[in-house]
Amino acid sequence: MNQEQKLMNIEIKDLLSQIGDYYRSGHRLVQIGCTKLPECLEINYSLDKDYSFTNFKIKLEDLDLEVPSVSKIYWGAFLYENEIHDLFGVKFKDMAVDYQGNFYRTSVKKGFNP
Amino acid sequence: MNNPKRTIVPFGPQHPVLPEPIHLDLVVEDEKIIEAIPSLGFVHRGLEKLVEKRDFIEFVYVAERICGICSFIHGLTYCLAIEEIMGIQVPPRANYLRVIWSELSRLHSHLLWLGLTADAFGFEALFMHTWKLREKILDIIEETTGGRVIFGSSKIGGVRKDISAEKLSEIVTKLNRYAQEIKEITDIFINDSSVKHRLIGVGVLSKQDAYDLGAVGPSLRASGISMDTRKLGYAAYAEIEFSPITETSGDSYARCRVRIRELFQSIDIIKQAVEKIQPGELEVKVSGTPKGEFFARTEQPRGEVIYYAKADGTRFLQRLRVRTPTFANIPALIKLLPGAQLADVPVLVLTIDPCISCTER
Repeated sequence: MNQEQKLMNIEIKDLLSQIGDYYRSGHRLVQIGCTKLPECLEINYSLDKDYSFTNFKIKLEDLDLEVPSVSKIYWGAFLYENEIHDLFGVKFKDMAVDYQGNFYRTSVKKGFNP
Repeated sequence: MNNPKRTIVPFGPQHPVLPEPIHLDLVVEDEKIIEAIPSLGFVHRGLEKLVEKRDFIEFVYVAERICGICSFIHGLTYCLAIEEIMGIQVPPRANYLRVIWSELSRLHSHLLWLGLTADAFGFEALFMHTWKLREKILDIIEETTGGRVIFGSSKIGGVRKDISAEKLSEIVTKLNRYAQEIKEITDIFINDSSVKHRLIGVGVLSKQDAYDLGAVGPSLRASGISMDTRKLGYAAYAEIEFSPITETSGDSYARCRVRIRELFQSIDIIKQAVEKIQPGELEVKVSGTPKGEFFARTEQPRGEVIYYAKADGTRFLQRLRVRTPTFANIPALIKLLPGAQLADVPVLVLTIDPCISCTER
């Protein structure tokens, strides 16, 4: 595939400023995803402008920590954040719409991070 | 009570216009929508989790079963992610066949959507004629893959099936004939006053909102943004000449027109692929296991789909994440409903072409 992709690791404290910079430079939010690794959870934020694809990754080692919601920057992000909350148990702070764990009606709670 | 005129009308999860479950709480004043609050997750299947228990080679079968409409492109996108991680170069003939089947998928999906939309605004005859045409596309798919819903023709490293030169020529002849029939049907969608009355000016999504909300596919292009993931050049799209189809008004009529014009574009792309395809191998041998990560992006009929694969060198992936186009279009749906009339909700929900099966992967 002919796809330029950038992958960058950032700290949680830098998340809002980095995403905000990309929003102001005209990027669109493509997706937010989460991966369970042996030692932590990895959350990736994908942004795109003119088919140039950039991904920021943050590592979350403590599930009690709250991740700042980017839904104040990209309003539609609340869907991805509610999804990650319901499937992985990640807490997001200040989501634009918070379904309080009722976004997915799965029989097993936090099924992707038991 | 602060505002006695406001009422909440539940829409779905079981509704005549919805073949799959999605729920909207519609806050209305008289017949006017003030706010829409969506609920998903009635049939979430957790297929992404299954990747931890299925060999990366055989997971193509699961990926194809995420959706019954764009099944082939789901399988293809999964293959592209794994092929990129493993550095596999797919033979050119396989890439052209992938383009042909992708565009046949787009044809039958857009015809399905046109039929459903005609049904939603009460034009039963138009619905039946549109689906009659769709059946002919499904027949071509069945003749070339053996399946009408699940093609099973894409695999990591290439494709499982070939299409003979005679069959390719026959497909072009048929598509030339169907193009005329599609034009007759779609002229009604474009020109009929009752259709225009239900679609023009209804559910306007501005260019800025479409972009900011992360809308994809025809929902994005109907608002004037020229973005089509096929321009990335995956499979053999780099060898095909085409431009993203856009409209500017951002209403339901524009979304309908984009899909109609894409029908003819898909036929043109298939013809180009048939002209350019050369004899050759269908697949390369795959050895080893994947290690690394990649975001594969392709253009489904409903828009951009993302497959994120992360592998640690075993036969089981660490993570497979699928971001479907319907999921990306839900914020846009929530934004375009306020201000609309209650009677327009079924049509408006359909204009983003929701696929809940994909979303509840």
